[in-house]
Amino acid sequence: MEKQAGIGKGIDTTMLLLYYALVLVGFIAIFSVEYRTGDSFFQSLLELKKNYSKQVLFIGISSLVAVLILLTDSKFFTTTANLLYMAGILLMLLTFVIGKDIGGSRSWIALGGGFNLQAAELCKIFTALALAKYLSRQETEFHTIRSQIIAFVVTLTPAVLSIAQKETGLALVYLSFFLVMYREGLPVIYLIVGFSIIILFITAIVLSFQLYSIMMGIGLLIAVYFLWRKVKRNFFILLLLVLIAGSCILFKYFVDYVVFDKILKPYQSERVLSMFGKSYTPKDPERIAQLENEMAKGKKKDYSYNVKQSKIAIGSGGLLGKGFLQGVTTQGDFVPAQHTDFIFTAIAESFGFWGSALLLGLYFLLLFRIITLAERQRSTFSRVYAYSVAAILFFHVFINICMTIGLMPVIGITLPLLSYGGSSLITFTALIFIMIRLDADRQMVLR
Amino acid sequence: MAEFNQTRQTTIRIIIAAVFAIILVRLMTLQLFSSKYAKLANDQAILRKVVYPSRGIIFDRKGKAILDNITMYDLMVTPSQLKGVDTFSLCRILGVDTAEFKKRILTSIIKNSRNRPSVFEPLLSAEKYAKINENLFRFQPAFFLQERPIRSYPFKAAAHILGYVGEVDSSMLKRSNYFYQMGDFAGRSGLENYYEKVLMGQRGIQYIMRDNFNRPIGPYEKGEFDTASVAGRHLNTYIDIEVQQLAEKLMNGKVGSVVAIEPQTGGIIAMTSGPTYDPNELTGSESRKNFSRLFLDPASPLLNRGMQGVYPPGSTFKPLGALVALDEGLITPDFGYGCFGRYGPCGRPACTHSNAGHAANLSLSIANSCNSYYAHVFRMAIDNPSYNNVEKGLLKWKSYMTGFGLGHKLGIDLPGEYAGFIPDTARFNKEFRRGGWSSCTIASLGIGQGEIQATPLQMANAICLIANRGWYYTPHFVKNIEGETAEDTLLKKYREKISPLRIPNDYYQAVIDGMEMVVTNGTARNAHIDGFAVCAKTGTVENYFRKKKQQNHSFFVAFAPKENPKIAICVVVENAGYGATWAAPIASLLMEKYLTDSIAGPKRKAEIERISNVTIIPAKIKHERYVRDSIKQVKDSLLRMRLEREQKARIDSTDLAVAEKDFSDPVSLPEKKKEKTNSLIAVLPGQRYQYKKFHHPNI
Repeated sequence: MEKQAGIGKGIDTTMLLLYYALVLVGFIAIFSVEYRTGDSFFQSLLELKKNYSKQVLFIGISSLVAVLILLTDSKFFTTTANLLYMAGILLMLLTFVIGKDIGGSRSWIALGGGFNLQAAELCKIFTALALAKYLSRQETEFHTIRSQIIAFVVTLTPAVLSIAQKETGLALVYLSFFLVMYREGLPVIYLIVGFSIIILFITAIVLSFQLYSIMMGIGLLIAVYFLWRKVKRNFFILLLLVLIAGSCILFKYFVDYVVFDKILKPYQSERVLSMFGKSYTPKDPERIAQLENEMAKGKKKDYSYNVKQSKIAIGSGGLLGKGFLQGVTTQGDFVPAQHTDFIFTAIAESFGFWGSALLLGLYFLLLFRIITLAERQRSTFSRVYAYSVAAILFFHVFINICMTIGLMPVIGITLPLLSYGGSSLITFTALIFIMIRLDADRQMVLR
Repeated sequence: MAEFNQTRQTTIRIIIAAVFAIILVRLMTLQLFSSKYAKLANDQAILRKVVYPSRGIIFDRKGKAILDNITMYDLMVTPSQLKGVDTFSLCRILGVDTAEFKKRILTSIIKNSRNRPSVFEPLLSAEKYAKINENLFRFQPAFFLQERPIRSYPFKAAAHILGYVGEVDSSMLKRSNYFYQMGDFAGRSGLENYYEKVLMGQRGIQYIMRDNFNRPIGPYEKGEFDTASVAGRHLNTYIDIEVQQLAEKLMNGKVGSVVAIEPQTGGIIAMTSGPTYDPNELTGSESRKNFSRLFLDPASPLLNRGMQGVYPPGSTFKPLGALVALDEGLITPDFGYGCFGRYGPCGRPACTHSNAGHAANLSLSIANSCNSYYAHVFRMAIDNPSYNNVEKGLLKWKSYMTGFGLGHKLGIDLPGEYAGFIPDTARFNKEFRRGGWSSCTIASLGIGQGEIQATPLQMANAICLIANRGWYYTPHFVKNIEGETAEDTLLKKYREKISPLRIPNDYYQAVIDGMEMVVTNGTARNAHIDGFAVCAKTGTVENYFRKKKQQNHSFFVAFAPKENPKIAICVVVENAGYGATWAAPIASLLMEKYLTDSIAGPKRKAEIERISNVTIIPAKIKHERYVRDSIKQVKDSLLRMRLEREQKARIDSTDLAVAEKDFSDPVSLPEKKKEKTNSLIAVLPGQRYQYKKFHHPNI
């Protein structure tokens, strides 16, 4: 289909190749998770009863979506960007009313026939388009605080809605747009502040209160020492430094008593803390009672089970892996959600370090190719959009793989193009092919 | 406006590259530099399953399977699949009520998790099996039937010979150098134990993949690492199961033993120990219960008296005493002794006969079992002038005994054989000090009484030696092993003829003639069998229990026919009186059964019934049973009292529990009552108790 002169013109074949390579790897992985010796392959393929057979259907639908996108005029995306964004937000709001509860989050809309749509997934595309549209406006001056704030609001609204839908993982992905904005001239200070907060957060988790306070005190003294001249000139700077140190100490309280006890759910707190070798002891009386109750009933779940099994599966792969369909951990269903969020473990167990490295290489090439594509765009719209695609993909790959190897707490986000699931695959397909479409028309100036 | 930010693409590329590098390094540490994950994965996902081959079958001399394998069925249940199963009708078939059903399901969930099958009812009876198998489709997939091979003894006989199979215990594990594993079954006694290596075959190993609920999902690597099991090999024995059954029938209600050996081969035809038990009791689901019952029985039914009962052989020893004297040249077959009812020189032992000429020659002395004659002959051997020393005389005598197979283990192919005892000089030097004893002191040895002790097996073997005129094969059961090769060394020692003594044939002939006279016109005329020349010797053995004289043991040894002997036998009936009264007719019937394959005439058949219906329980066993029963009675009444007390306490505590409900906060109970509820609190789950503590740190 891509060979037709009409829509094939100007399309980046490297992207196409990488896309289909990853989709194929995904199918193989899902197949290896679910297939058991003795299953009739073709029959289950036709009956659509197995996940891998459904995935074939999703790949078909995705290809159809890809063709449709490639047939669409590029101007369609620029003109309807804001409209689509509004529709996306509306769809997300709609889930609060007609949403379907799947795995504890009301972010799905039933489409009938056993298929469900996750609005927040789709909204990523629309947000990318809307951000591109906003930043490519001639009147936007991105160095002004005002336009920066507008950009933040555009990107973070769906994130907030996602959190409200109890899809923390998806919300985190929206943070990836900061990478795009950084490329478009967002002052480095934002990234530094953001990074500092992450460091501070980790420090607050790892250290006890006393040690943490001492650290802050030492930090304050060091800052005063280096800024001594300025402090001598302006006394308020000292005051500011003390204030910063004080708020850092308050931040520890905030982390311990608000973030873990109020914002995050007990299992999330547990996952985050177990990353750092800590166990979650609630301080909120309501939660204490809940925990006691669970303990008494003997229903306390081991939240580190997923990661343990995931690490066992990956670690047992060794250099060359156990071979296709030979992974005992995979075949024994030891890793929960292995066909979706933990699909990487199937690859790592069956094909070992070489297989995993090769897969990472594919993603790496994909990301770098997208950045190359982005930089060759004439129009800001296309560039911003392409960067958004790169950033979203990067965050997904980064968080997903890090969570399977125990470098990140378990956050329910998919591995792009590999994980089982129609919403995820179609979203990423659309995301990538809109970019390919835009790239095909890179000679045009789009706004 | 954005062009001046173009350098930032490099930063972004660096960030991406750095993140990928971190991931790669982490993957390397996980996949390349730590081997623990591979082990963890295999440990949790691959099950090493031992496949047990079927054990070898044991056949009797006519090719009948006397120890066989049968398949029984266990009803298995997978609790997680119980939904929608018609459990009511299942309960009706099994005769189980709902409470019991729930209890069993709960136990299997606790033991084995709800996703794995556990045994719901083991070893179904034939009737239940048929009913369930017919209706199985209604209970599937939650219930299914699983085969279980069981050892079976179709003739319900030869329990002591065949032995039983049981779970290995920790000491056996250690002894086997951990060849066995916990939960393995192995022969624990009898032939099952002695020929364990032959019977067990070779265990196979299967590697099975299992899933996160521990359910098997298929062979690992298509069974590439599996080893196949090899079935156990069969044993062909000399046992005649019909003779064995008859022997057990005749010994019914009596304590004692029968050992019958084929003299030409040393093959044991029958070996019983009374009381015996049905060997099937020690297989199947009731085996543990039955074992402890048998183990605690004062009559020790688990003891194989054929080789583990030790007795003074009494008068049955006399033919051996005669052979010693003849071989030493101290007497000739014509030697006579004028017995007047008592052995004069030492004042004892007494003789039952006092008529003149009852010991006029060797044959007559055997036929009439003259005590004086054999005391005298024994003394002659001890005081043999060629040694001129009682010690040397006794040692020489003992060497003859060793040659007859007494005083040491013969080496039968059963575990746990006893050696018996032949006293030597050390024994008497210790008892009487050196030089403090003479042939007179130990004269009772000459008539098989006193310190001498022998097993029925040893006596039967000694008769084999006489019947064969000077040689025997070590008594054994197994004729050959199926598919025997040079590597099977177990049977080697049973194929070597043993002839330790060089006694001339004439002397044997004289003794055998005397033994023939025992049956023709001596002490055991009731042992006669039509058409066969039976040679025999009776024995009436004095014995003591806790220094109190007990009723005599009834002993009888015999072989038949006189020429070309086919069977040698030793019968012991404990505390039954004269040898001729019980042991002799039993031996006679068994020999007839073996020689003619039947019992001729209604009179003899009636004899079988008469003997088997007589119960002779030794006084000491009666006493021990009485002691045990009275202890049990006391224990029972103590238990009853305790139960009553507990029941009362339970009623008290329910009162308390009701009282407790009235208080909204159980902790604020009055001090006195709280003390009483101690046990009640301890029953609560620990966490809840802690929870209370948490809220009320003042407890």
